[in-house]
Amino acid sequence: MAGNIAIAEGAILAGCQAYFGYPITPQNEILEHMSKRMPEEGRVFVQTESELAAINMVYGAAAAGCRAMTSTSGPGFSLEQEGISYMSGAELPGVIVNVMRGGPGLGNIGGAQGDYFQSTKGGGHGDYRVINLAPASAQEMMDLTMLAFELADKYRNPVVMLADGFLGQAMESVVMREPVMKFPSKPWAITGASGRPKNIINSFAMDPIDYRPRVELLLRKFDEIRRNEVRYEGINLDDASLVIVAYGSASRSVLTAVKMARQEGLRVGLFRPITLFPFPYEALSNLAQRVDDFLVAELSIGQLIEDVKLAVGLNKRVELVHQYGGVPLFADEILEAIEKMIKQPIGR
Amino acid sequence: MTKLANSELDTALYHKPESLEGYPFHFCPGCGHGIVFRLIAEVVDELKIKERAVCVACVGCSVNSYHYFNFDGLESAHGRAPAVATAIKRCHPHLVPFTYQGDGDLAAIGTAEIVHACARGENITTIFVNNAVYGMTGGQMAPTTLVGMYSTSTPDGRKPSLAGYPIRVCEMLSPLDGTAYIARVSVHKPAAVRKTKQAIKLAFRTQLANLGMSLVEVLSPCPTNWRVEPVKALEWLVEHMLPQYPLGEYKVIEAVEALKKEAGSA
Repeated sequence: MAGNIAIAEGAILAGCQAYFGYPITPQNEILEHMSKRMPEEGRVFVQTESELAAINMVYGAAAAGCRAMTSTSGPGFSLEQEGISYMSGAELPGVIVNVMRGGPGLGNIGGAQGDYFQSTKGGGHGDYRVINLAPASAQEMMDLTMLAFELADKYRNPVVMLADGFLGQAMESVVMREPVMKFPSKPWAITGASGRPKNIINSFAMDPIDYRPRVELLLRKFDEIRRNEVRYEGINLDDASLVIVAYGSASRSVLTAVKMARQEGLRVGLFRPITLFPFPYEALSNLAQRVDDFLVAELSIGQLIEDVKLAVGLNKRVELVHQYGGVPLFADEILEAIEKMIKQPIGR
Repeated sequence: MTKLANSELDTALYHKPESLEGYPFHFCPGCGHGIVFRLIAEVVDELKIKERAVCVACVGCSVNSYHYFNFDGLESAHGRAPAVATAIKRCHPHLVPFTYQGDGDLAAIGTAEIVHACARGENITTIFVNNAVYGMTGGQMAPTTLVGMYSTSTPDGRKPSLAGYPIRVCEMLSPLDGTAYIARVSVHKPAAVRKTKQAIKLAFRTQLANLGMSLVEVLSPCPTNWRVEPVKALEWLVEHMLPQYPLGEYKVIEAVEALKKEAGSA
């Protein structure tokens, strides 16, 4: 199935009770698929007037104790930042899928990874973070969507699925998972003050002294996420003298490039962050204790590379091979960059 | 309730509604919000929906409104309350969510959300308090500010050539097919307050009967930002707001008309 469909079916398996969305390419298949599947399952589907409405409906459904999701692409994701900030501030779970496309501005409908900063560093106003999961296959589109719902509930915080147009459209075989049957109880939810005191959900306190504890609570939660939820994958790293760092569809091109390079006898490996927040700084930093050369492959003018530099330190060689504006990055371009780095070592 | 010394006062005819919290009043003297809160609480009590009611507050002076009610409530981002209430109702149809929105919230930044909630015929209720000004932020021009009216961002009065014209919300929304009940009322005198309560009650009954979107616009004084004394503010409302915003029912579908005729529909 297409990656986009795998996300939709993953959401259904995860017990997503409400989906809200607005059409935008390259993720329309999710909206269309959900328009059929959600009513079939007796769940809520609303096509909204905008992404602003979509994210605020996710907010409302989450406040009402339901597992809720929206899906969009970069321009819509920009509009949703306000709502994501409110959700984090009000401690509401929810899943936001961003199938990234070429930008900035209207850009185009090709796949891209230019929303890395916006997605992993905040994007909306105020002090908050969101968990970012970066799938690299149709199977992960399904599996990480299911994980996204679990983590959202566990931490009462929005979780972003950061995919891209190439992954969304690519057809791959997917092993279906078992539907989730057990859900956490949500005594804080807006379900009507029947047999209990009233519940209030907000992110507001007139007096800054009253609001500080809320932010402190969030801060502790984000630290806990950093401790518990780092995920990454390493391929051919054991003997690698050059490590390529990439996520999402870029990492798929890297995999091919690594195979080609290995055939040439070049000792290269792939380090693939699966969580972009929390970023696997420590694992990369550990790698940097024995590896001096890093190559970052991404579909943007250079965003992931800043986190890689932060992880490996200033005395390492970190170079960039990339495409942008919706153009795919091919394995031979990456191989060329690998060969160049290995054949032209800089003195140190 | 404590028994009073004077036996003639044994029977309490008027008391604090159960649905109203004893939250410290944060509004300015002469503000109309307190009256509207009380009316909503009375209606919720009378319809016996305290265990199902949900207050969806907005941003502005009514930001704290969930604190005043003794039932579930939540905050929404500026203008987005109808989207939040939509989701709550769709997820839990037995709940009775209502949005409580000011004119800046509903008629400026939130126009898309209210229009589309009406267009979809969401089975929710909106209480829309119109005081013709942005109150919380200190009295700037609102979409409902009258032509010629002073505000801190129209220091020489609202000039249509620069700032356009006020929006009449009831007139704008009532042609939408998803709306079932739309009325404009006011709180400038006791008789008007009684009519306001009737309208709020009918709006909630419209929702309880699953008839579609119901909205009550309440004209309300803002002495602080209008820069007049509370009593003068009421006079100003009558003199200036009523001609621009005529009171009355703008949309009553047949099924709502039938509700009105039912016995006990005070």
